[in-house]
Amino acid sequence: MTILYAGLLLGALGIIFGGVLTFASKKFHVEVDERVGKVRECLGGANCGACGYPGCDGFAAAVVKGEAPINGCAPAGEKGVKAIAAIMGQEVATSEKMVARVLCQGENGIAKERYAYDGYQSCATAAGLAGGPKDCRFACLGLGDCMDKCAFGAISMKDGIAHVDPEKCTACGACVKACPRSVLKLLPLSSNVIVRCRNSDVARVARAVCMDACIGCGRCKKECQYEAITVEGGFARINPDKCTRCGACAAVCPCKCITID
Amino acid sequence: MSSITDVLLFMVSCILTNNFIFSRFLGCCPFLGVSSKVETSVSMGLAVTFVMTIASLFCWLIYNFLLIPMGLTYMSTISFILVIAALVQFVEMFLKKSSPTLYSALGIYLPLITTNCAVLGVATLNMNSSYGLLQSVLNGTFSALGFLLAIVLMAGVRERLESSKIPACMKGFPITLVSAGLMAVAFMGFSGLV
Repeated sequence: MTILYAGLLLGALGIIFGGVLTFASKKFHVEVDERVGKVRECLGGANCGACGYPGCDGFAAAVVKGEAPINGCAPAGEKGVKAIAAIMGQEVATSEKMVARVLCQGENGIAKERYAYDGYQSCATAAGLAGGPKDCRFACLGLGDCMDKCAFGAISMKDGIAHVDPEKCTACGACVKACPRSVLKLLPLSSNVIVRCRNSDVARVARAVCMDACIGCGRCKKECQYEAITVEGGFARINPDKCTRCGACAAVCPCKCITID
Repeated sequence: MSSITDVLLFMVSCILTNNFIFSRFLGCCPFLGVSSKVETSVSMGLAVTFVMTIASLFCWLIYNFLLIPMGLTYMSTISFILVIAALVQFVEMFLKKSSPTLYSALGIYLPLITTNCAVLGVATLNMNSSYGLLQSVLNGTFSALGFLLAIVLMAGVRERLESSKIPACMKGFPITLVSAGLMAVAFMGFSGLV
């Protein structure tokens, strides 16, 4: 008899709770626009927060509401943006894929060391300590603040500087924000001729702190037939819109600070 | 539970002396799983507090008004599991409708709590200690606050561990377990306080 009671009690509880839950699911049903889920699936899915919304769910909801631009998710890539545009019934101008580039070649042994840093492993902390462990005040410190922020595993630390894997990089910009030295910059993927130095000091000072520093000599500017290069504030810059990726500048650079990927 | 002093003493006992994590070793799974960031650990702790309080209430009612009169006290565990699972589902639906802000703050942690042994633990403890209704609910709340304290402290420690130099063999889980053990030893210092 007891076992019958036990079974009945459990069964009754189960049925009551089931009923209550069914009732509750009807009563408390929240209308969710089905497009939110669809848009959510097209996104990068790393909750990187680069779009400015709290995670991918927040961004998807904002897109459906019309508050966020449909191309606001950099990690979604061109394919993702097209898919979102299809869901939302909008046209989108395709933008070129960007990628984060490390504008420094100051590896261990090339950039002079100011002191041996043995503290808290963070670039932001090290940068604030007597001007940072490297003599160059523009150098990548290589302690990995950008690597920690990268949700896609695209950044690795090698020989004391950061390296970005363009395949994995989604140009979300988290690393650019994380870098205390602004060493990282988002550039178009196709723009593969890059000045890997941002040292704006005069040539003598720049050369004294790093073997690979841009000294602003202007030979690249003279060599460039397309007027894509300007030398301002002590270092060369390449305008990706004018650059034809011919590589003539890299060939003449005496400091080997223009590289072709 | 006659005076305010009793309540305060009970609170100290639940939060510090008989801390769910550090002296009862209940709820260790979320304690280790969700303690890598302070932010998420606070959400988890709050969700647990919420569920444990309500679960204590409902489990007490089920136990005293159904199981005892029917002489089925040996069914307590399975009934409690049923109650907790249904309750968590209900609370989730209710929150989604009535308070989307709280719902999104608790996020995935709410449904995860269904399988948290601390919730079942508090219901069983209430039953074994023959607590009254008020004391059961207070036990639920205070014990959960102890859980909140433990998980937030642990998250703080783990955030520091992230950026410290740790021998390769101790990285990750080993050092976390060692830290948790040391924290438990520290909490032993509270024994005899009440």
